[in-house]
Amino acid sequence: MPALTRDHSDWVKVDSIIDSFEAKKSNLIAILQKVQEEFRYLPEDILTYIGTKIEGLSPATVYGVATFYAQFSLEPKGKYIIKCCDGTACHVRGSMPVYTSLKQRFGLEDGTFTSKDGLFTLETVSCLGACGLAPVVVINDKVYPQMTTDAMKIIIDTILDEEHSA
Amino acid sequence: MANTLFINGKECEYTDEPNLLEVIRNNGFNVPTFCYRPDLTQFGACRMCVVEIEGRGIQSSCTMPPEPGLRIFTNTERTRRIRKIVLELLLANHDRECTTCDKSGKCELQQYAEEYGIKNIRFAQKKDNEFLPIDRDNPSIVRDPNKCILCGACVRACSEFQGHSVLGFANRGSKTVVQPIAGKHLSEVDCVYCGQCQAVCPTGALTIKSDVEAVWSLVTDKEKKTAIQIAPSVRVALGEEFNLKPGDNVIGKLNAALRKIGFDLIFDTNFAADLTIMEEATEFIERLKSGQNLPLFTSCCPAWVRYLETQHPELLHHLSSCKSPEGMMSPLLKELVPKYFNGFTKENLYVISIMPCTAKKAEIKRPQLTRDGRQETDYVLTTQEIARMIKSAGLNLAELEPENSDSPFGQYTGAGTIFGASGGVAEAAVRTAYEFVTGDKLENLDFQPLRGVDKNSRTKDATIDIKGTQVKVRVVSTLKQAEKSLREILEGKADFQMLEVMACPGGCINGGGQPRSCDNAKIKEERAAGLYKEDTELPYRKSHDNPDIQKLYNEFLEKPGSHISHDLLHTHYKNLFENSYKDLKR
Repeated sequence: MPALTRDHSDWVKVDSIIDSFEAKKSNLIAILQKVQEEFRYLPEDILTYIGTKIEGLSPATVYGVATFYAQFSLEPKGKYIIKCCDGTACHVRGSMPVYTSLKQRFGLEDGTFTSKDGLFTLETVSCLGACGLAPVVVINDKVYPQMTTDAMKIIIDTILDEEHSA
Repeated sequence: MANTLFINGKECEYTDEPNLLEVIRNNGFNVPTFCYRPDLTQFGACRMCVVEIEGRGIQSSCTMPPEPGLRIFTNTERTRRIRKIVLELLLANHDRECTTCDKSGKCELQQYAEEYGIKNIRFAQKKDNEFLPIDRDNPSIVRDPNKCILCGACVRACSEFQGHSVLGFANRGSKTVVQPIAGKHLSEVDCVYCGQCQAVCPTGALTIKSDVEAVWSLVTDKEKKTAIQIAPSVRVALGEEFNLKPGDNVIGKLNAALRKIGFDLIFDTNFAADLTIMEEATEFIERLKSGQNLPLFTSCCPAWVRYLETQHPELLHHLSSCKSPEGMMSPLLKELVPKYFNGFTKENLYVISIMPCTAKKAEIKRPQLTRDGRQETDYVLTTQEIARMIKSAGLNLAELEPENSDSPFGQYTGAGTIFGASGGVAEAAVRTAYEFVTGDKLENLDFQPLRGVDKNSRTKDATIDIKGTQVKVRVVSTLKQAEKSLREILEGKADFQMLEVMACPGGCINGGGQPRSCDNAKIKEERAAGLYKEDTELPYRKSHDNPDIQKLYNEFLEKPGSHISHDLLHTHYKNLFENSYKDLKR
């Protein structure tokens, strides 16, 4: 029994993504990336659907691919995805205190990455290739260099203000 | 043309073997393996079959093709060390409660650990909180992920035999598991319960759900009466569990063993196979006349029926309305045994069937197969389970004197017996349909194009000339092949009028409940040969010639397709796609 009943428009979106990749098995990863872009994560019912629509795949196989790669998330992600670089350079220049302060602020327990209000998802990445700016934090593709816990607090406050006034 | 290479210094010939492992086995040597199964693609996952090759180092023999002149060593210090480390690592991560495991004594991990003398495991054992839940809420198969060694044989079987891939790998690295989507139970997805996954599983990760204890308590209960029926393919495989050869027909010995265990009445599903042919051939002729619902699909295989119900409900009208032979036998026994035998009533009679099949355990629970609030068949035991029961009764099947089954419902024809091999149902149906239509005697009863159970015979076509009418018959085994035929029908390209489908490769002789045969592809051919041999030896070879069948129609069923036949012997099907986990756009 599917957990969700979806809007018809969601299925139209999924169908058009599958069609844009010619419903080919070899394009599965690209299809999953597009779906994740659209829905911010990979919902189980959509994985099942992809597994039945594409020749040579099954729901279990698609699920296997989606759980193999770290880039895919099966949990809904927040509106703001915060990537905290923990590469060597960022680590020695204090990325962990920044990360920990965010984790505390969002009230995240071990194993959860998205704040309860669904606004923020906190991740670590292994190196963003911007070691000269260490420690680096990226929020939805915007790069914040030389972060400190205080700077981070101001940035999050600003985002929240925008959210509340919006 | 034969080439040569050297194994452990001995010059060995090889021809068309796909890999070194087969060459090694064909020359009297062996290497251990978990993941190599001759009927599945090569995987190279377990690294147990490693050999040392001069100038090439260590190679996995299951993935390396043979080359002339190779010098291979199977038991060097290095290969043995690799195998021991593999075993040690697997055992570190394994639920090692062997004594209570269903595969105990038949587990390859246990066997190799013993052969390689693994006594000390240097790695920390799995902690209690690392154990994953066991999936046992379906009637056929138990899935215990704590005993899985990730060899991938089940994943390949599900995909390559059934094209279905209910099982898949999930997650990565140390968190990898084999499971249906999102860790659902097999009962929540569209598993057809064919059991091929557990037939290729080297450990206790996938096992048959046992009904042995329930049946023992029926047998030992003096208030309850038991009638047992035995499927065609059981007789040519059960002997393997008692050191007899595959294909040896042990039906007489089995009858004797069952009497000694204490079953009250022993009948033969082959009789019901003859009955199925009477009904199905009649149905086929009617459809040929009307031109409707063609091609006719056979309905003997419960995995195939469930596949159609879950995947192609739009094609269910093609399916024969006949119950499977086992499904016909049970209500018939419950109706008629009380009339023929003293002390038996509908209420105190329990029908047990011995089947090569795990899907049968699910089939008997179909709501369509209940009568008066009870299941028509009370329990299904697989060939493996009855072997266990015979052993625990202290009997050695091989030494028993053959006995006959009880009468009536015990006599059968060659047509009934060949049901156990892919192509047998179609051949039996054609033998009868030909004589029903023409009224002439069919001289040549052997339809060779419909026979064959090896890897290359999974789709077979034959054209039968029924007095000028050309009837095309298609026989497939594995659901992957069936799906191809269904596509032809959906695209309007199909030119055949009958489609026989068996879900297991080669048919019931290779069913999921049969004795273990996954490391030798020849075994199913030997079992099939045993059935075709019995076919030629029996006094009657056409279902409608069976005197007990004729008597049954005269005294009780009137004629094929009669009202009472429909009540007892026919069934209907249900769209199981609706409301399933795949039914999303609602």
